[in-house]
Amino acid sequence: MPDTNTNASKPTKLKFFVPVALFAILLGFFLAGLNLNPGQIDSPFIGKPAPAFDLPKLLKPEERISRNDLVGQYTLLNVWGTWCPGCRQEHDSLLIIAENYNVPLYGLNWKDDSDKAQQWLSQLGNPYAANGFDPDGIVAIDWGVYGAPETFLISPDGTVLHKLIGPMDLSIWRNEFLPLIPEASR
Amino acid sequence: MKALLILLCICLPLAGYAIDVQQPFDDTDKQQRYEALTSEIRCLVCQNETIADSTAPLAADLRREVRRMVESGQSDAEIKDFLVERYGDFVLYRPQFKSKTAALWLAPLFLLVIGVLAFARILRRRAMMPNDIDEPLMSVDKEVDERSDT
Repeated sequence: MPDTNTNASKPTKLKFFVPVALFAILLGFFLAGLNLNPGQIDSPFIGKPAPAFDLPKLLKPEERISRNDLVGQYTLLNVWGTWCPGCRQEHDSLLIIAENYNVPLYGLNWKDDSDKAQQWLSQLGNPYAANGFDPDGIVAIDWGVYGAPETFLISPDGTVLHKLIGPMDLSIWRNEFLPLIPEASR
Repeated sequence: MKALLILLCICLPLAGYAIDVQQPFDDTDKQQRYEALTSEIRCLVCQNETIADSTAPLAADLRREVRRMVESGQSDAEIKDFLVERYGDFVLYRPQFKSKTAALWLAPLFLLVIGVLAFARILRRRAMMPNDIDEPLMSVDKEVDERSDT
């Protein structure tokens, strides 16, 4: 049947191309997927006002710490607990950042034991201007915290600018945080 | 009787596997809503588990919050909004339909349409083919030979 043959010959070349194109698209998705980290879920708070909270301080339980303490200048809020290995890992970096940059670091002590947390700070050094003590994780839920350590950057007007999930180190600090903070150097 | 007693003893440790250790609601309607909600909310620590199934401490905290909100009479939509506001769309196993999640919801429909169109095309082609089923297989080979000649 030569007539149907000539009809089919033109789309045939295209037909060969379609699976290749589909495969290329699929490959693109897979390659992009390889570089995604499912543990990094974008916080819905980026660009939005930091959630309000009011907690007793870890070291001075008779005093309170609230959202008002975080606003007015660029500040960091670091979520940590003594049960969290990543928090131990980042601790030295936090000490360096607190000492060398003009960005107060506040802590949210999450689902922790007060005695253990105080011991941790006296043994390893205390980089925090103050800590909120949140043993039941209520404030942590309001901030969308799901895995310590997490570090939020808050602007003077109280907007959440950035959130790091996982341990802070100095290269992350320089590459992700510093560019967002004018006049951070001391 | 003895066998029953042994069976009871075997089953006893199963209570140790209970994940949600809180008392059920007095109100069965609220209990049902609580169970439905917790089995639709993702635990972000162990991402393929619902907070009803997860033993993670965060899941326990979220169950407590959901319980508190159900108890205080908030609607399912309010409770879901509360969680999405804090944890993003990923926290729900069935995310709400909005511009950000439209591709997720519409892609299967789009693929289905493509599939149906392709299927219809193939059927139409088949219908146009000469009905040569009764002919021996040899003739197909012959046709292929002819084709390669042209």
